[in-house]
Amino acid sequence: MNPSANPPAIKMQDVTVCARRDALHPVLTAVNWTVVPGDFWVVAGLQQSGKTDFLMMTAGLLYPQAGSYELFGRETRELGEADLAERLRVAYVFEHGQLFSQLTIAENIALPLRYRYDLEATEAVRETLGLLELLELTPFAEAMPASVSRDWLKRAALARALVMRPRVLLCDHPLNGLGARHGQWWRRFLDQLWRGHEYLGGQPLTVVVTAEDPVPWQHPERRIARLHDGQFLPLGTWADAARSADPAVGEWLAATPATTL
Amino acid sequence: MQKSLGKIFERANVDFLRSIPQPKSFTDGLGRKLFVFLLSLQGIGAFALITLGVMAGKRRVAVKVMQPRIRQEIRRSGVALLPMFFVMSLGLGFLVVGQAVAALAKVGAMNYLGSTMVIVVVRELGPLLTAMLLLARVGTAHVIELGTARAMGEVEVLETMGIDPVHYLIVPRVIGMMAAMFALTVYLVLGALASGYLCAFMQNVPLGPADYCQQLAAALSPLDFVFLVLKTLLLGFVIAILTCYHGLAQPLRLEEVSQVTVRAVTQGVVIPILIDGGFIVLYLLT
Repeated sequence: MNPSANPPAIKMQDVTVCARRDALHPVLTAVNWTVVPGDFWVVAGLQQSGKTDFLMMTAGLLYPQAGSYELFGRETRELGEADLAERLRVAYVFEHGQLFSQLTIAENIALPLRYRYDLEATEAVRETLGLLELLELTPFAEAMPASVSRDWLKRAALARALVMRPRVLLCDHPLNGLGARHGQWWRRFLDQLWRGHEYLGGQPLTVVVTAEDPVPWQHPERRIARLHDGQFLPLGTWADAARSADPAVGEWLAATPATTL
Repeated sequence: MQKSLGKIFERANVDFLRSIPQPKSFTDGLGRKLFVFLLSLQGIGAFALITLGVMAGKRRVAVKVMQPRIRQEIRRSGVALLPMFFVMSLGLGFLVVGQAVAALAKVGAMNYLGSTMVIVVVRELGPLLTAMLLLARVGTAHVIELGTARAMGEVEVLETMGIDPVHYLIVPRVIGMMAAMFALTVYLVLGALASGYLCAFMQNVPLGPADYCQQLAAALSPLDFVFLVLKTLLLGFVIAILTCYHGLAQPLRLEEVSQVTVRAVTQGVVIPILIDGGFIVLYLLT
């Protein structure tokens, strides 16, 4: 079998991740990580451990300061304007949603479609009606972001990320600040996307989420990585992590809040 | 890692120079300020070239998204400011003619009223006053809006969606500012020339409307029209680039937005005056 025919979705080798606000300040070094299409990764670490910088670099918002980062077999440094379609296979959901305040929820979700395919606003919004319904956002379609609660804004940001039908979904702290019902919805919906949702033609979506507390994401088929002391440690499945020879990993898993409950 | 020459002039270096303690010697301090200013100019120049490249290269990209945004910017920068410019043009005409009549009457040179109006209003005060008003009313809004958008991560949002932030955020503002600068200068100049005559009439200056128009026509040369167009478009472009650069070109925190706004306004006052000085040299040379 030709290995390049089915390359990893993400492959990082000796990557150095720099801070978003200071391109000369490395937050993670020697990152080696391979994400196979259809993986579900939970990247966990304490506050200020570099989760958001790492995820932004993975989304192509920051260049790796050193090392090689390949996306579906292509070096990201070589991706130019002409390779926009390649880059759009990776979608990013920001921690606070970051919707544009001057656009309605529906317009926000439709914006990537409008820009990419040069559509009129009404035409693009019409294209997103199914997605709005799927994410239960129809009642908020005409609302401005300022008048919608944070729970729904995050969901609208997820809809905006999905509108271009990506192959990889990166979610920065998706459960932060959510009520219990919304948190449950997110876990269930991301699980459906990961297993292959009808909206994406049944094709499994590669999902990466960041979290301070990894336990709500615990699942035998999911994988976990830890960010600690400027290092990225891919631990494998939860069972692999539990068997880790590193006592610090065992201590960390035992000390996470939900585990101690 | 070896720094490239381009990296040496990055904003980080400007900020580093600003952050280290002030030198004790006045001349060293002055030298540093000049150095920082030149580094800023270098960054602004690079940003201007990038914007021009995007304007030319993406003129057919997402037309249905960009056209309403450009119309909105023209409305905001130009149409919405018309009432203020009407009042300003009345004031400018009255001020210039009020002073000129008093001075010219002393030396019996009332036939130079038209020339005075052309030199003061058409060549100098019209474009410069428009630039300052646009900087105050629209330029500051650009810095604050873009700085806040930068601080809130909206630029990164655009990038993840495959939308070029320069195309989506900067190009409409630049086009809107250039169009507004040109149109508002023309309205200001016409209004000031008309109100100038009104002022002269109220001061019983023995000058008929036809004579006044004749004086204006005699004082105007084709070069005045060419320079007026060039100067207004250039000033509009520069103010838009300056304000957008300070708002967008570097990652910001919310608390830094006020600082960059002050910096942008300061440079927005100094640089147009330098450009105006350049046009005076051009007038003298031609």
